[in-house]
Amino acid sequence: MLELANIRKAFNQGQHNEYWALKGIDIDIPPAQVNVLKGPSGSGKTTLLTILGCLARPTEGRVRLKGEDISGLPERFLTEIRRSTFGFIFQQFNLVRGLSAVENIILPGYPTGTPRGRLLERAEALLAEMQLSHRRDAKVEWLSGGEQQRVAICRALINDPEILIADEPTANLDSKLSAEFLVILQRLAAAGRTVILTSHDPLVVESDVVDRVYSLRDGQLIGVQDKAIA
Amino acid sequence: MNRWIEKQRHLIDFTANSLARRKARSLGLLVVYTLLVFVLASVSLYTHALRNEATRVLAGTPEIVLQRLIAGRHDLIPPGYMDSVGRLRGVQKIEGRLWGYYYDSVMKANYTFMVPTDRTVADGEIIVGPALERSRGLAAGNGISFRSYSGELHTFIITEVLPHESELVSADLVLMSEADFRRFFTYPEGQYTDIALWVANPREVRNVGLKLMEKLPDSRPILREEVLRTYASIFDWREGMMLALLSAAILAFGIFAWEKAAGLSAEEKREIGILKAIGWETGDVIAMKFWEGLLISLLAFLLGYVAAYIHVFHGNFALLQPVLKGWAVLYPSFSLTPKIDGLQVATLFLFTVLPYTAATLVPIWSAATTDPDTVMRG
Amino acid sequence: MIFQPAIIALLLAAGLSLVMLAAASPFALQVLRHWDLGSGSERQLRLERMTYLFSMLVALVCGLQLLATLLFVFNADKMSVMFVGAMCAVGALNANEYGFPALYAQLVLFFVATSWLAVNRLDNSARDYPLIRVKYVLLLTYVPLAALVLWLQFNYFIRLEADVITSCCGSMFSEEADTVASEVSAMAPRDAMILFYAVMSAAILLAAWHWKSATRGIWSGLAVGASAIGAFFAGLMGVVAFVSLYIYEHPNHHCPFCILKPEYDYQGYALYVPLFTAAAAGLAAGVLTLFARRPSLAALAPRASARLAGIAALGFALFLAVASFMVLNSNLILLD
Repeated sequence: MLELANIRKAFNQGQHNEYWALKGIDIDIPPAQVNVLKGPSGSGKTTLLTILGCLARPTEGRVRLKGEDISGLPERFLTEIRRSTFGFIFQQFNLVRGLSAVENIILPGYPTGTPRGRLLERAEALLAEMQLSHRRDAKVEWLSGGEQQRVAICRALINDPEILIADEPTANLDSKLSAEFLVILQRLAAAGRTVILTSHDPLVVESDVVDRVYSLRDGQLIGVQDKAIA
Repeated sequence: MNRWIEKQRHLIDFTANSLARRKARSLGLLVVYTLLVFVLASVSLYTHALRNEATRVLAGTPEIVLQRLIAGRHDLIPPGYMDSVGRLRGVQKIEGRLWGYYYDSVMKANYTFMVPTDRTVADGEIIVGPALERSRGLAAGNGISFRSYSGELHTFIITEVLPHESELVSADLVLMSEADFRRFFTYPEGQYTDIALWVANPREVRNVGLKLMEKLPDSRPILREEVLRTYASIFDWREGMMLALLSAAILAFGIFAWEKAAGLSAEEKREIGILKAIGWETGDVIAMKFWEGLLISLLAFLLGYVAAYIHVFHGNFALLQPVLKGWAVLYPSFSLTPKIDGLQVATLFLFTVLPYTAATLVPIWSAATTDPDTVMRG
Repeated sequence: MIFQPAIIALLLAAGLSLVMLAAASPFALQVLRHWDLGSGSERQLRLERMTYLFSMLVALVCGLQLLATLLFVFNADKMSVMFVGAMCAVGALNANEYGFPALYAQLVLFFVATSWLAVNRLDNSARDYPLIRVKYVLLLTYVPLAALVLWLQFNYFIRLEADVITSCCGSMFSEEADTVASEVSAMAPRDAMILFYAVMSAAILLAAWHWKSATRGIWSGLAVGASAIGAFFAGLMGVVAFVSLYIYEHPNHHCPFCILKPEYDYQGYALYVPLFTAAAAGLAAGVLTLFARRPSLAALAPRASARLAGIAALGFALFLAVASFMVLNSNLILLD
C-alpha cells in the first residue's frame, strides 16, 4: 500500500545545527491493517509519520503510494493526494476553536469543492456513527476530551480516506476512553481502511487491535513485529 | 467550474466566519481602514463638487468676454467700441455688460451690482442673492438703502430673491436696472464694463478671439474654456496637495495593515497550521485570505465612501472645513450638487485598496506557506 | 507637470508594479539556478514556496495594469479640458509624444502578464512543473517592460503643461500654443468594415475550430494566437473607424475612449470587455500550444489551449455581435 525506501530527513540543512531525524528507513505498510510506530521521544516516529502521511517530503529516498512514486511531488499535488487518501487525527485533536463540531468536521471537504449540503449529510452520518449527533452544534471548546477526539475522527473520515494517520491519539485520554478509541480503530480497519499511528502507550502497542508494530530509535528502524504471526 | 465556485463559496464562508470570531481585531482594522477612505473620499468629493459647481456656473456664461486695457489695467468700454467689433463670423450675440462691486460698510461685505441682460428690472427695484437675504434679513417687498460712493443714499424695493441652487455665483448679487446702475455709480453714459460675445460653435471660439485681438489691439478677450481650464487645474492641484499631505496617513495605514497581517495571533497561526494539515493547499489558504482582504476592503470602502458622501453633501463638509477653509474662498453656505464619477472612485480605490493589498501580500504568503506538518511538530 | 490625484495614483501603480517585479528577480534567478524538483532539500522546498508568492505578484501586477489602463484613459479624458484644442482623451494623450506610447506599453504589460498567468496555470497542473524555467526567464524580461511603462508615464505627465490663465485676473491668450490633434486618424469606413468583418470572422472561426477539433495541433494553436492579435487590432481599428461614429452619431468623431463615458451610456465597456478578454485568451491559447511537445504537458497543454481558444471565440463573437448591433441601431447613415 505505502512503501518507503531509504528515507532520510534533515532539518536545518547546511547550518551548524544540521540534524538528521531519519537516517535511512525502509518500510512497507500493508493495506487494511492497524500499524503502530513506537519509540522514545526523539526517535523520529512523528517525523516518519509526517512523511508517511504526505505532510512533508523526505530529504532523500522514495515514497510509493500504491506503486506510484510520490516523493518528488510538489506540495500542490502532494496535498491533493493527501486530501483524498489520508485522514488525520492529532495528539491535541487540533480542532478549530469557535466553530461547532459539525463545521469542524466538514473543513477538510472545503478545498474539494463538494457542495455544503453533501458535506453536511456525510458529517451527520459520521456523527451518528460516533454517537455524537446531539453535540452537532456545540462549539468544540465545550466538548469533553473523548467527544473532541470523536469529532477529530469524524473530521479525518469526511473525505472517505483509505489511510488513517493518528499521532499519539491516546496521549490525552484515560484508559476507558483509550479502549473505546481502539475499538473504533478496529472497526475502521475491518471496513478496509489502513491505520497508521504513533504511540508509546503500552495499552495501544500491546492491544490485540494492532496488527504490526515498528520500533524506532535514533532515526532508524530497529524492529518490526507482526502481531498476527506472534 | 461548479466545483470551483462551490470551493470559493466555502472559503468565503470560512473567512467571514473567522472575521466574526475575531471581532475586536477585525473591527480595529475596519475602523482605521474606513477612516482613511472617509478622509480621502471627503477631500476628493468636496473638491470635485466645487469643480463641478464652477463648471456648471460657467456653462451659462458667454464664450468670450472682451475687456479693454489701458496700461495693462482693465478700463471701461467707450461708446462706439462695440460697433467697431462689427459683425464677426460665428458670433451669435454681442452685448455690453454693466457690473461693479459695492462695499457695504454695515455688513462689511462686498456685493456685486449688475444689470441683467437676460431680463429687465424696473427702475427703483432690485433683485438680490440669497446671501443678502440671509445676512440682512431681507425678503421680497422690503426696502433697502445703499449709500453710493458719491455719498447719496439710494433706496430700492426688493422684488425677488434669487434661487438658492445657484448660490455659488448669485449669493452676493444685486440686480438692478441700467438707469439705476448708472445713477448709483455715476457711470458715464454710453460706456460699459465689458463686452460679452456668444459663439455657437466651440471650434470657432479661438478664431473669434484672434480676430478680436486683431481688430482691437487694446482689448483682451477671455475665453470661457480658458477660465474653465484654470479652475480645473487649480482644483486638481489643491486636491493633489491635500493628497500629498495625506500620503503620510496612507503610508501609516499601509504599515498598520502590514503589521496586522504579519502579526498573526498564535491562535490564527494554529488555525492555518490545522487547515494545512487536514488537506488545505497553500493556494486555498491564499484564496481564503484574498477573500478576507476583499471583504474588509469592500466593506471599508463602502462605509467610508458613504460616510464621506453624507459628510460632504449633507453635512456641509463640517469636519474638515476648518482645515480647508483657507482655500474655500467661496461662500460657506451653499449645498453642493451630489455627483460621483468613475475616475474619482477608481483613483480613491487605488489609493486605499492598493496599499492594503500590497502591504498584506507578503504576510499572507508567509502565513499560507506554513508547513503542513507544523501542527505535528509543535 | 500637472499635479493631481489620478496622476499620482497612476505613477504609484506603475512604480509598485516595477518594484514588485524587480524585487522578485533575485528569487527568479535563484529558481533558475537551483531548481531541482527531485530533491527534498530545504532549499528546494523554500523555492517551491516562493513560487506561490510570484504567482500572487504577477496576478497583482496584471490586475493593477488593467485598473491603471482604465484610469489612464479616464484621466486623459478629464485632463482634456486643460489643453487647447483637445476635445477628449485623444487630445490629451496627444499633448506630448509620450501619451500614446505609455498607453500602448501598459496594454502590452497587461497582455504579457495574462499570458504568464496562463502559462503559470498550465505549469501548475503538471506534476513535474515542466515550465518553471521558462516562466522565470519570462518574468525577468518583464522587469524592463515595467520600467518602460513607468518611464513613459512619468515623461508623459512631467511634460504636461496646462494652458491656463497665468496671472491673476489676467488672460494670457495662448495663441502661440500648439493645438493638439484631437482626433485619431482613421480608415475610410467602407474599407474598415470589410477588413473588420473579415479579420474578426477569421479569428472566430480559427479559434472555434481549435476549440472543437480533435487534433488541436500546434499550428492551429499558433494560428489562434496570431489571429487573436490581428483581431485585437482589427477590433480597435473598427471601433475607431466606424463603430464609434455610429455610437456618437457623428460622421467625424473617431474617439475610441469617449464611448466609455456616461454620456454614451458606458457602451464602450460592452465592446472592450469581450474584446480584451478574447484577445488575452486567444494570445494565451497560442502561447500554450508552444509547450505541447513537453511530455508531461502532451495532454494538458492542448486541452488548456483549446479551452482558452473557446473563450477567445466566444469573446470575439460577442464583440462582433455587440458592435454590429450598435451599428444597426444607430441613426447615423455612413454608407448609402
